[in-house]
Amino acid sequence: MAGTEIDDVSGTETTGHEWDGIKELNTPLPRWWLWTFYATIIWAIGYMIAYPAIPLISAATPGVLGYSSRAKVADAIDAAKAAQSTYLARIAELDLEAIRNDRELRDFAVRGGASAFKVNCIQCHGSGAAGARGYPNLNDDDWLWGGTLEDIHATLSHGIRFEAAEDTRVSDMPAFGRDEILEPAEIGDVAAHVRGLAGLDHDAAAAARGAEIFADNCAACHGEIGEGLREFGAPRLNDAIWLYGSGQADEIAGQIVQPNHGVMPAWQDRLDGATLKQLAIYVHSLGGGE
Amino acid sequence: MSTALYDGVERVDVEAVNSKERRPLYKARVKIFPRRAHGTYRTLKWWIMAVTLTIYYVTPWLRWDRGPYAPDQAVLVDLANRRFYFFFIEIWPQELYYIAGLLIMAGVGLFLITSTVGRAWCGYTCPQTVWVDLYLVVERWIEGDRNARIRLDQAPWSLEKLRKRLAKHALWLVLAVATGGAWIFYFADAPTLAVDFLEFEAPFVAYSTVAILTATTYIFAGFMREQVCTFMCPWPRIQGAMLDEDSLVVTYNDWRGEPRVRHRKKAEADGESVGDCVDCNACVAVCPQGIDIRDGQQLECITCALCIDACDQVMDKVGLSRGLISYATLRDYNSNRQGIAAPTGWRSFIRPRTMIYTGLWVLVGIAMLVALVVRDRLDLNVLHDRNPVFVTLSDGSIRNGYTIKILNMEPRPRTLRLTLAGLPGAVMTLAGADADAAPHMEFVIDIGPDKLHQLKVYVRAARQDIAGSGRKVTFTLDDIAGEESATYEANFEAPPDEAAP
Repeated sequence: MAGTEIDDVSGTETTGHEWDGIKELNTPLPRWWLWTFYATIIWAIGYMIAYPAIPLISAATPGVLGYSSRAKVADAIDAAKAAQSTYLARIAELDLEAIRNDRELRDFAVRGGASAFKVNCIQCHGSGAAGARGYPNLNDDDWLWGGTLEDIHATLSHGIRFEAAEDTRVSDMPAFGRDEILEPAEIGDVAAHVRGLAGLDHDAAAAARGAEIFADNCAACHGEIGEGLREFGAPRLNDAIWLYGSGQADEIAGQIVQPNHGVMPAWQDRLDGATLKQLAIYVHSLGGGE
Repeated sequence: MSTALYDGVERVDVEAVNSKERRPLYKARVKIFPRRAHGTYRTLKWWIMAVTLTIYYVTPWLRWDRGPYAPDQAVLVDLANRRFYFFFIEIWPQELYYIAGLLIMAGVGLFLITSTVGRAWCGYTCPQTVWVDLYLVVERWIEGDRNARIRLDQAPWSLEKLRKRLAKHALWLVLAVATGGAWIFYFADAPTLAVDFLEFEAPFVAYSTVAILTATTYIFAGFMREQVCTFMCPWPRIQGAMLDEDSLVVTYNDWRGEPRVRHRKKAEADGESVGDCVDCNACVAVCPQGIDIRDGQQLECITCALCIDACDQVMDKVGLSRGLISYATLRDYNSNRQGIAAPTGWRSFIRPRTMIYTGLWVLVGIAMLVALVVRDRLDLNVLHDRNPVFVTLSDGSIRNGYTIKILNMEPRPRTLRLTLAGLPGAVMTLAGADADAAPHMEFVIDIGPDKLHQLKVYVRAARQDIAGSGRKVTFTLDDIAGEESATYEANFEAPPDEAAP
């Protein structure tokens, strides 16, 4: 071959490629390197036979070892379920108070409840359970229907104003404005009074007029001083927490004119008993549980 | 360019471009049969081999009392519990920067060593070198020295050859298993693991690790040897870049040795010029890399200096001064060539480059030492809730949630006090699984030895107290029995002061 050049220093043939006077040597590779390369090819063939490898139309070749990543995941899930099963069985069996008093079970329930919450509840209540306008914040200490473990469990099981559930909790505040039970001016006065109950600044004269109307129309459910009545799900009004807005007079008035009525589904038929209990314990643990 | 074969037929002098002889694409390994060397450097290498192997095999068996709550193995990498123990030092995963610091020191140390005494790492302390040396001891013991080994290799198979080969490989395998076997003891309690291992009750990973390290030791030290250094290891190439004209490297002093003459007396009588090299090839015969140092500095040379020993022995015999092959710097070598005597001295070690390496090395060392002495063994981390960042309670007060992580990094149980300060009127309640509605200004927490303890607490404060405050809370953790404490200042989130409805 013409042009073959031997490098003076190393005595090795060059490839003829040159960069700024530096020539590339054509150093032969060690033969064991070649054998290593062949060994990797043989390994690859063995691997293709042993494991799923060649993609076909509907699936890949299964491989003689029968390995499947899907089956691996299924096994891992089964193993995790098996590990949880003793806890879940005890949670299903014990009552809420007993679970709460067992530190290990309570830990498990709080975590399990948090997980179930993220699947089923965050759509309305938010991922931090902080709620939104019309969807109660579950972190605070204000409960429409009660904040004990049993109350929370009952709300979860039967829902609120959920017609499909027999034992659902229903409350229906009259639409004082829409149905013309109160005059618009009266509604404004009641709103001023409610702000007064909550300790917010208000028109004292309007509030004084509103107090009487409140006593006649509202106190039956919301209480004399706006302390609320959980049996009816009547919200407490003399606090800093507002479900529909932030306590502005027009928001209060709007709710009197035509109240919003939130609906929560009943979970009793969708979730198993142990999950419901874990959810109750989780929500109870968020800081407002009674 | 042709030869006439018959009338009108000529043999053309041409060769296929890809003929086998012409272009060997792959090169078979040439067997090397290093001869036993005797001398200063060989002795030094025996000592280094003994020390490094002793460190490797003995370290996991050293005990160190840390009390009842921590393992008593002096050096232990406890992967399962994420702890690293080194005598009086215990390292948690987040303190892994100590390992980074050690690696930086190792790196700078290698730069320093290489720039002063060349590839000393390769020639003396690299495990590949040490284990090849060890394997050669076995090989020499069973099959004899260089000439006997060459004869045996070339001899046809016989019972004697089979016996020797079997004995050699059996011993090699024993050494390989011992090498792999020692490694696993760094990762578990050595005496326990040793018993479990022999009773086949050790974890699978212990057996697979031993198997892999047995295989690599046997293959690398028994068969691959110099191929590992020349073709597999990136280090020779990096080290090559570390050398300069003031680095000591194994040098054939050709200014003294050339022209090499095999029959000095005859040549001297004939009045020819005679160098000191008697061309006995002793330097090549002892070289574990199978190279000829007289060809100059080469990539393959690991500077084990055995050729110096071999040559010195020959020089003694022929009555010439030692040092025909010697450790010399390129600068010395060049001066010697020009006839200026320049004895290699320690002075070549002191130059800006080595000073910078030394300075860096010492600096990192001191920084690590200081960090080690002042490091906390009690740590407090506070994570503010992100969702929701605050909660308004029915009485209008504001509540913030915090996840508090307490790290007791001492191997003994401790009783700690967590106190809240910084925001007037603020109180804590326990939350999450520990929920407890009673307000506190402090909690007393019992924490296990060498443990991380996690708490969820709520801090609540009235709106009027928050207004105008710095919106910060300070958590303080005190060891009731000791003096150590840790503090953490966290934000307290609340709606803007003017946002009151």
